Amino acid sequence: MKLSNEEKNRYSRHILLDSVGEEGQEKLKSAKVLVVGAGGLGCPVLQYLTAVGVGIIGIIDFDIVDETNLQRQILFTVDDIGTNKAKAAKDRLEKLNPFITHNVYPEKLTTKNALSLFSQYDIIVDGTDNFSTRYLVNDACVITNKPLVYGAIYKFEGQVTVFNYKNGPTYRCLFPEPPKAGSVPNCSEIGVIGVLPGLIGTQQANEVIKMVLGIGEPLSGKLLTYDSLNNSSLILNISRSQVQVQKVVTEKDNFENIDYDFFCGIVPSNHLNQISIEELKEWFDSDSDFQLVDVREEWEQPRVEKDNVLIAPLHDLGNFADKISTKKKVVVICQHGIRSIAAIEQLEKEYNFNNLFNLQGGIINW
Amino acid sequence: MTLKLKYFGMVAEASGKEEELLDGAFLSVQELEEGLLLKYPNLSEINFKVAVNQNIVERDFKLKGDEEVALLPPFAGG
Repeated sequence: MKLSNEEKNRYSRHILLDSVGEEGQEKLKSAKVLVVGAGGLGCPVLQYLTAVGVGIIGIIDFDIVDETNLQRQILFTVDDIGTNKAKAAKDRLEKLNPFITHNVYPEKLTTKNALSLFSQYDIIVDGTDNFSTRYLVNDACVITNKPLVYGAIYKFEGQVTVFNYKNGPTYRCLFPEPPKAGSVPNCSEIGVIGVLPGLIGTQQANEVIKMVLGIGEPLSGKLLTYDSLNNSSLILNISRSQVQVQKVVTEKDNFENIDYDFFCGIVPSNHLNQISIEELKEWFDSDSDFQLVDVREEWEQPRVEKDNVLIAPLHDLGNFADKISTKKKVVVICQHGIRSIAAIEQLEKEYNFNNLFNLQGGIINW
Repeated sequence: MTLKLKYFGMVAEASGKEEELLDGAFLSVQELEEGLLLKYPNLSEINFKVAVNQNIVERDFKLKGDEEVALLPPFAGG
């Protein structure tokens, strides 16, 4: 795709590079990249892909900008709080580079929309924050045969690699089974240093650019680990497991029906009692006799301002066990309904509670 | 023979350190894992992959005893 004179000027520092040149810049202009999640990783990925001139960029995110995002999600400002992240990102990115087409999908990635969406793009970037979406993204990339630029972070550490590139390994070749639900917390639960997604997301953007230009060596079959506290990094070799890839291919026709939350154990075991947010509101309205146990940290919003609430942060739960009623119904809540499951498991296992209900999906939509 | 172990993320938290040297006759990755579980019981709650001399390997991988071994949990965050 030819460049206009204005574009040639804008990208002149690329065009000066022997291994990019006008031809490389045209490749970037013709490229179509989908970024899944416009959060900590997605923001720097989107910012650089837009700046360097990737012609068509898709942004899918159902979430809205929250004040606690601003510490690391660098595309957003105070004015964006309450706005959908994909939309807010597009508004900001259009000011950075009006030559780019940004396609916005302010919705959740599901097994119903993933395949048709992925097939419209050349490269998929994973900036999600949970295992069930990560497995979904991986499998959809395997089925639609798209390379996947993977990044993931934990507190001060990050991982980057490229999956499913020219018959290279996939996410399932590295991690065939998801960890037990609730056993690996995400950034909103345990914190993350603000600059870390910037470092890892920028590496992801770099992998996209290398693949589009066909220069250097993409991190295919190699997992880069990075520790921001001591600047140490390692590159570990990953092999493709034909068995793992074949599992996904075999299930291809059934993909739309796969329940990734269930696969990741988020749909809890049968004995667990669930309550929806509507039901909880009804319990409050009808003055039902129950106790509400909030296992979040005290600063997490929104709070539930009621008399029957016990604040018992998950990391310190044992110290509150004797304050939790064994007679009444007890609703355990957290932000997204994941930590509360871990809390219920702990209380049932260690203290033999049998009167606990999990608030499905958490209190975030209170 | 001494293994050089490197721990990442939650594995480092469970062991309380980022690396250590470990003596012992571990013939496979599985045996090493069993030894580490006795030493660090909290590890039992954590999923991780093992890399030996920078190659991700399966549990049945044979150890000579002088390798560099990394324990790598998956991260969710983004």
